[in-house]
Amino acid sequence: MAGAAGPGTGPGAARGDGDDSLYPIAVLIDELRNEDVQLRLNSIKKLSTIALALGVERTRTELLPFLTDTIYDEDEVLLALAEQLGNFTGLVGGPDFAHCLLPPLESLATVEETVVRDKAVESLRQISQEHTPVALEAHFVPLVKRLASGDWFTSRTSACGLFSVCYPRASNAVKAEIRQHFRSLCSDDTPMVRRAAASKLGEFAKVLELDSVKSEIVPLFTNLASDEQDSVRLLAVEACVSIAQLLSQDDLEALVMPTLRQAAEDKSWRVRYMVADKFSELQKAVGPKITLNDLIPAFQNLLKDCEAEVRAAAAHKVKELCENLPTEGRETIIMNQILPFIKELVSDTNQHVKSALASVIMGLSTILGKENTIEHLLPLFLAQLKDECPEVRLNIISNLDCVNEVIGIRQLSQSLLPAIVELAEDAKWRVRLAIIEYMPLLAGQLGVEFFDEKLNSLCMAWLVDHVYAIREAATSNLMKLVQKFGTEWAQNTIVPKVLVMANDPNYLHRMTTLFCINALSEACGQEITTKQMLPIVLKMAGDQVANVRFNVAKSLQKIGPILDTDALQEEVKPVLQKLGQDEDMDVKYFAQEAISAVAQRLTKLDFPVKDNEEPSAPGADKNHFLRPRGPGEDTGKGPAHQLHVNTRDTPAQLEIAELVHFS
Amino acid sequence: MSSAPSTPPSVDKVDGFSRKSVRKARQKRSQSSSQFRSQGKPIELTPLPLLKDVPSSEQPELFLKKLQQCCVIFDFMDTLSDLKMKEYKRSTLNELVDYITISRGCLTEQTYPEVVRMVSCNIFRTLPPSDSNEFDPEEDEPTLEASWPHLQLVYEFFIRFLESQEFQPSIAKKYIDQKFVLQLLELFDSEDPRERDYLKTVLHRIYGKFLGLRAFIRKQINNIFLRFVYETEHFNGVAELLEILGSIINGFALPLKAEHKQFLVKVLIPLHTVRSLSLFHAQLAYCIVQFLEKDPSLTEPVIRGLMKFWPKTCSQKEVMFLGELEEILDVIEPSQFVKIQEPLFKQIAKCVSSPHFQVAERALYYWNNEYIMSLIEENSNVILPIMFSSLYRISKEHWNPAIVALVYNVLKAFMEMNSTMFDELTATYKSDRQRIWLY
Repeated sequence: MAGAAGPGTGPGAARGDGDDSLYPIAVLIDELRNEDVQLRLNSIKKLSTIALALGVERTRTELLPFLTDTIYDEDEVLLALAEQLGNFTGLVGGPDFAHCLLPPLESLATVEETVVRDKAVESLRQISQEHTPVALEAHFVPLVKRLASGDWFTSRTSACGLFSVCYPRASNAVKAEIRQHFRSLCSDDTPMVRRAAASKLGEFAKVLELDSVKSEIVPLFTNLASDEQDSVRLLAVEACVSIAQLLSQDDLEALVMPTLRQAAEDKSWRVRYMVADKFSELQKAVGPKITLNDLIPAFQNLLKDCEAEVRAAAAHKVKELCENLPTEGRETIIMNQILPFIKELVSDTNQHVKSALASVIMGLSTILGKENTIEHLLPLFLAQLKDECPEVRLNIISNLDCVNEVIGIRQLSQSLLPAIVELAEDAKWRVRLAIIEYMPLLAGQLGVEFFDEKLNSLCMAWLVDHVYAIREAATSNLMKLVQKFGTEWAQNTIVPKVLVMANDPNYLHRMTTLFCINALSEACGQEITTKQMLPIVLKMAGDQVANVRFNVAKSLQKIGPILDTDALQEEVKPVLQKLGQDEDMDVKYFAQEAISAVAQRLTKLDFPVKDNEEPSAPGADKNHFLRPRGPGEDTGKGPAHQLHVNTRDTPAQLEIAELVHFS
Repeated sequence: MSSAPSTPPSVDKVDGFSRKSVRKARQKRSQSSSQFRSQGKPIELTPLPLLKDVPSSEQPELFLKKLQQCCVIFDFMDTLSDLKMKEYKRSTLNELVDYITISRGCLTEQTYPEVVRMVSCNIFRTLPPSDSNEFDPEEDEPTLEASWPHLQLVYEFFIRFLESQEFQPSIAKKYIDQKFVLQLLELFDSEDPRERDYLKTVLHRIYGKFLGLRAFIRKQINNIFLRFVYETEHFNGVAELLEILGSIINGFALPLKAEHKQFLVKVLIPLHTVRSLSLFHAQLAYCIVQFLEKDPSLTEPVIRGLMKFWPKTCSQKEVMFLGELEEILDVIEPSQFVKIQEPLFKQIAKCVSSPHFQVAERALYYWNNEYIMSLIEENSNVILPIMFSSLYRISKEHWNPAIVALVYNVLKAFMEMNSTMFDELTATYKSDRQRIWLY
């Protein structure tokens, strides 16, 4: 709402006597009726401005009725409207008048489109809090009842989300009615409504008195959990978490556990999947005793479920399950009751199951300690490092730090290396990209010697990968390595190799040198930058490929702040000026950019800078088409490029069209 | 069906990380119901004599026994287990199919529950997870049901049962009830098109023979569609269900019940919004046209509904909408046409000037339709002003020569239709353009 009072549209202006001041508002109101959806949408998004200008009275008596009538509009507009109205209480005169917002929101809560309905319900929930207890019973609760007994399923679906917000503040008589309505929605004959009710069951249970939970919610829960549609049953599993938190251990055992046991063995895999997916929450909700007696056997079954989906969901939960076991006796339970099943999963037939397991299995080492890890887990890690599926190997490598803390990474390094090398050369570039991202971490854990010996060459090879994304990742990888290993290391091992590439016949590789310099200069510091990198950059200003030249300009701009003023004045400035006269549009443009950036550092110097100068309008510069572009290269960065694309094609097409028409 | 290349696409060409391309490599996939938890023990069935080898007095008894034997389910994902018994069940099912087709008096009252039980045991099962969410039914090979050798015969048998001359719905309705139908409808989500085809026939027969279930079946189909549109966007059997509905709508009595109209407006029209529309559009359009042929007064809400859900970014869907609209216009009554011509032609004007030539082309083809042409001619004073500026502009500006040529014909037709108005519009258009140039 802040900022709504723009010039001439604020409440002060609106209250002024001149009609002119209301003009912008009149336009907005007009646009609420415009034929163009976009304009209506814009206007709805400024609804608070309109309301502010109209004042609370007219908003209530004119704007809201108008909005209530427009409810047949496009869903997109309705969504914006539903969202706006949630914050409207202040604009209609505060909590005493919040109920004025109910009619439009009520209609919005009945439309077909789910997102609109959900948003309306969200806004209604928000507004319900602003109602006084009296207004709540006089206006809000009747609305909920109307929705709950609506003809079409949409209104009943929406009603499900409103019970829990009005229940706590209602009187006892009304509470009974609300519960009654909720009960009937739980056995609605439309599955959509039952699903909505099931998904709100937990939330509703939380606001009910404990007796009502036991006498009313539990039977509803039991019914929904044995619904004929699995889509309803699985939602009951979610509710189970909330309900279980409310009950004592004895009640849990008697009232909830039979249903939960049944859900874990449901004939539909979707329900079993849900149990697996919610396992940690369930475990916390039912407490350690029931976990040991019931959940662990159920978990074992889920780990060997016939559907891979279920096994994968369960495998994801292995670590959390183990972590949440009571520390006392945890090791024994894991070793005897969980580990045997995990061992099976390592050689599962489904890659998703294996990769789910690989993403958490390393976490067990901290729980089980050094000896168990070496004896029992290490063989599993090693097996997974050799898995045929790259995702599995990656997941293991990405979690190496967990093991590092417990047994040190050296235990793994023999198997690690072949796995890394293989991933580094994988045919799929996304796999290569993923492994690059773990390089700094690996380097830190394996140490500089191991790295130089085994991994350095890989890092350099990525710089000349044929996919741009890999080259790019490789450059930022180098930067992180330098941060880890220090400038001296950089100067000895990295920088010379990078600089050699400046003479590569392939212009993409020459550009990689520039990108590396951009990334490394800061980490390497002034001396290396000035002495080793700058000369190379300057030399490349004479490159025959324009892309290289304008990247020289960009690089100079980038490393400028690191250089001292002498170097800037003596060496950088002349080169940039020369590039500023380049025949190529883009080179000129980026040279200008760099010049003005550098000039800010050298204010005392008289660069011929015209800050406000637009990049000169593009002519028919044929170079742009002839210039080679790398496959993964971003061609649209410079503004000049965008201009080319936008302006050149249309006239040409028009001419052709004209020709064809008259031929 | 698209002509699938026999060799998997070359490795270099596909950017290999997505699971899709990995899956593409192995073409034939099959899956089995989710109900098997490896049972371990081999299954033993005691072979029974053939029905034709026993005296006819013993046949009913033996028939029941065979039905019971066929309730045993085999795991077809394990291709090596129980081979003999699988073959035995297959031949038994075959025998049952023959028996129920040929024999007289075989459908005694005791057989009904056993038949329904055998069918239920075999066909009702939790469908396994779809291989991936990104399953593209147009591109990907469907996953085939592994137990099809048995399943097909069970369906075959059930259809013969329902179609048998001795079949008595009054007895069967005790067993083929709402719960049965509900489970049957859930099977329409099967990925195996062969199964869906059988299901279509089964459901059609049930709808035909069990009057008491009709309203229930329609309502459940409603629910499936609503869930499909507003919740999951995933259900494999939409086209099949629509096909059945097409024939159901055909038989609706007039005047249409409110329930049916609601179905049209609140379910069939929103079905157009679904991403995978192309998979069932033909059947959907057929249903819509059926409705309009029954009750022309529904034309306005239908066309307004289509306008509301008109695709904004998907040209392929836009072409489908235009096709459907033409089907509707083919049967429209002139009195209805007048009611919706304005919004309708505003939309058509937009389509005609679409930069996507297939959209523009599809819209321009309307002018080849004689009936539509006659409607336009009758109402040219309304339609011509709506269409004119779009047509004139694209005649100068469209990039595609074929479109320009088509537009040229349309303009010519308009000129012949109403030359005075045409000249006026041309003049106004030009002076408007000039004003834009000047200011």
